[in-house]
Amino acid sequence: MSLKAQIFVECHHVGFRREDKTVFSGLNMAIKKGQITAILGPSGTGKTTLLKLFCGQLIAATGEVLIDGQDIAELNRVDLFKLRQRMSLLFQTGALFTDMNVFENVAFALREHTRLPEHMIRDLVLLRLDSVGLRGAADLMPSQLSGGMARRVALARSLALDPELILYDEPFTGQDPISMGVLVNLIRQVHEDLNLTSVLVTHDVKEALSIADQVFILAQGRVIGSGTPEQIKQSDDPLVKQFLYGHVDGPVPFHYPAPNLTEQVLHHD
Amino acid sequence: MINTLAQTGARCLLVCQLIGRSGVFLINILGWGKGFKAPCHRVIKQIHHVGVLSLPIIVVAGIFVGMVLALQGYSILSSYGSQEAIGQMVALSLLREFGPVVTALLFVGRAGSALTAEIGLMKTTEQLSAMEIMGVDPFKRVFSPRLWAGVISLPLLATLFSLLGIFGGAFVAVNLLGVYEGSYWANMQGSVLFFDDVIKGLIKALVFAFVITWIALFHGWNARPTSEGISQATTATVVQGSLAVLGLDFILTAVMLGGF
Ligand SMILES: Nc1ncnc2c1ncn2[C@@H]1O[C@H](COP(=O)(O)OP(=O)(O)OP(=O)(O)O)[C@@H](O)[C@H]1O
Ligand SMILES: [Mg+2]
Repeated sequence: MSLKAQIFVECHHVGFRREDKTVFSGLNMAIKKGQITAILGPSGTGKTTLLKLFCGQLIAATGEVLIDGQDIAELNRVDLFKLRQRMSLLFQTGALFTDMNVFENVAFALREHTRLPEHMIRDLVLLRLDSVGLRGAADLMPSQLSGGMARRVALARSLALDPELILYDEPFTGQDPISMGVLVNLIRQVHEDLNLTSVLVTHDVKEALSIADQVFILAQGRVIGSGTPEQIKQSDDPLVKQFLYGHVDGPVPFHYPAPNLTEQVLHHD
Repeated sequence: MINTLAQTGARCLLVCQLIGRSGVFLINILGWGKGFKAPCHRVIKQIHHVGVLSLPIIVVAGIFVGMVLALQGYSILSSYGSQEAIGQMVALSLLREFGPVVTALLFVGRAGSALTAEIGLMKTTEQLSAMEIMGVDPFKRVFSPRLWAGVISLPLLATLFSLLGIFGGAFVAVNLLGVYEGSYWANMQGSVLFFDDVIKGLIKALVFAFVITWIALFHGWNARPTSEGISQATTATVVQGSLAVLGLDFILTAVMLGGF
């Protein structure tokens, strides 16, 4: 296999702005097929935005995003939707369909994209729900779920169609230690069983390093560090160190860009 | 001075942009060039939401409007001694004007606002994005069944409204005001024309339905993803929908009476 074919997602000098805030400038990244890639970064650096760029929901202003060799900005609507059937995004908020119960949410993609008979859909959905520990909740409506449960349902839903690429946006937030462990195992297990390429966006450093093959650390609109978890842990880069060990003071600012505090507080007019 | 001009200009641009966006939105719903299809069962489910659930208000309003028309009509007609023509008057005003227009106004308030809020919330909670990313086109899955449901429901509701109004009018005219029952119905039969009154009224209802549902869906889709955004979008639907109905009613009536 050539080197090119082993890469699923590729970003070249991606630049992107939200209103007047530059989210990315000159971002480069290559995500290999069959690996678990973790993208770490402080809150508000644009991790969710990056995943939306991968899905073609947002289009990079400069540079290009290639998914399996295809420039996502140049696909027409039909091809884009075809490509999207091969990938799947777990939303940070879950984004369950509120007018359907848990079962129908998980069955959604199967019903839309396949012509499986009803009993097979039923079995597949129940299996998926069972793997996230929520088979018993099949008849509940999304409004009756807790935040953590909703996220697990969303996970079951995004796995329903056996995607090739799965993008997890913060799968661990809102999980108790038990379901956290279950989730980490689940992500690893489906990754192996389904021969997936998994991309995991998170700020849970410990979980990410334990599960990933490849890690990217994102800050200030670009990749500030990348490598295997071992390489990352041994990195001398002050930016990377600050993020891994959670120092408040360091090169990565905790604050959203703002004028000087004393000036703003004392000189109000 | 320059400022006011600039602001007016900016507003105009914004309005033009909005019109353009809503046009593109409509083209997307109708799936121009790709062959439009909306599965029957989804349209039926939406007819339940926008049509069937609007039934109570339409039924009550229809009966009362018919009864009021009979009362007013009687007081006007009896001064010419022609109260026997009341059946004709009630039926014609309902079929030509009150049926389509009042139903459409009630429909904006009942179904239009609900549609906007529903779509707006789906957008805010990223359900529309989730659908898109799952490779399902929300224009086909969410918007077009709702558009068709609106277009089918409103003419039916308007027909029901007129029908009930006619019976409400009959009740008041015959039972309370003592108009001879035979003349109420016979006068009506003699004067109502199928094409000129019934069909033209239905065409109005059809046009209103299309425009209202379009406005409602567009505002939901275009809403800013916050709770204020949704409330503003809902208000915009009701205001613009009602004004559109009244404006279009004038144009359609002028065209139809002009004999085009
Ligand atoms: N719809 C939007 N309009 C304008 N700016 C936005 C919008 N969504 C996000 N942003 C801005 O883009 C930046 C990146 O947001 P994003 O949601 O991608 O962050 P994130 O890395 O996912 O953060 P978190 O870890 O908290 O989820 C933020 O600074 C935010 O202010
Ligand atoms: Mg995020």
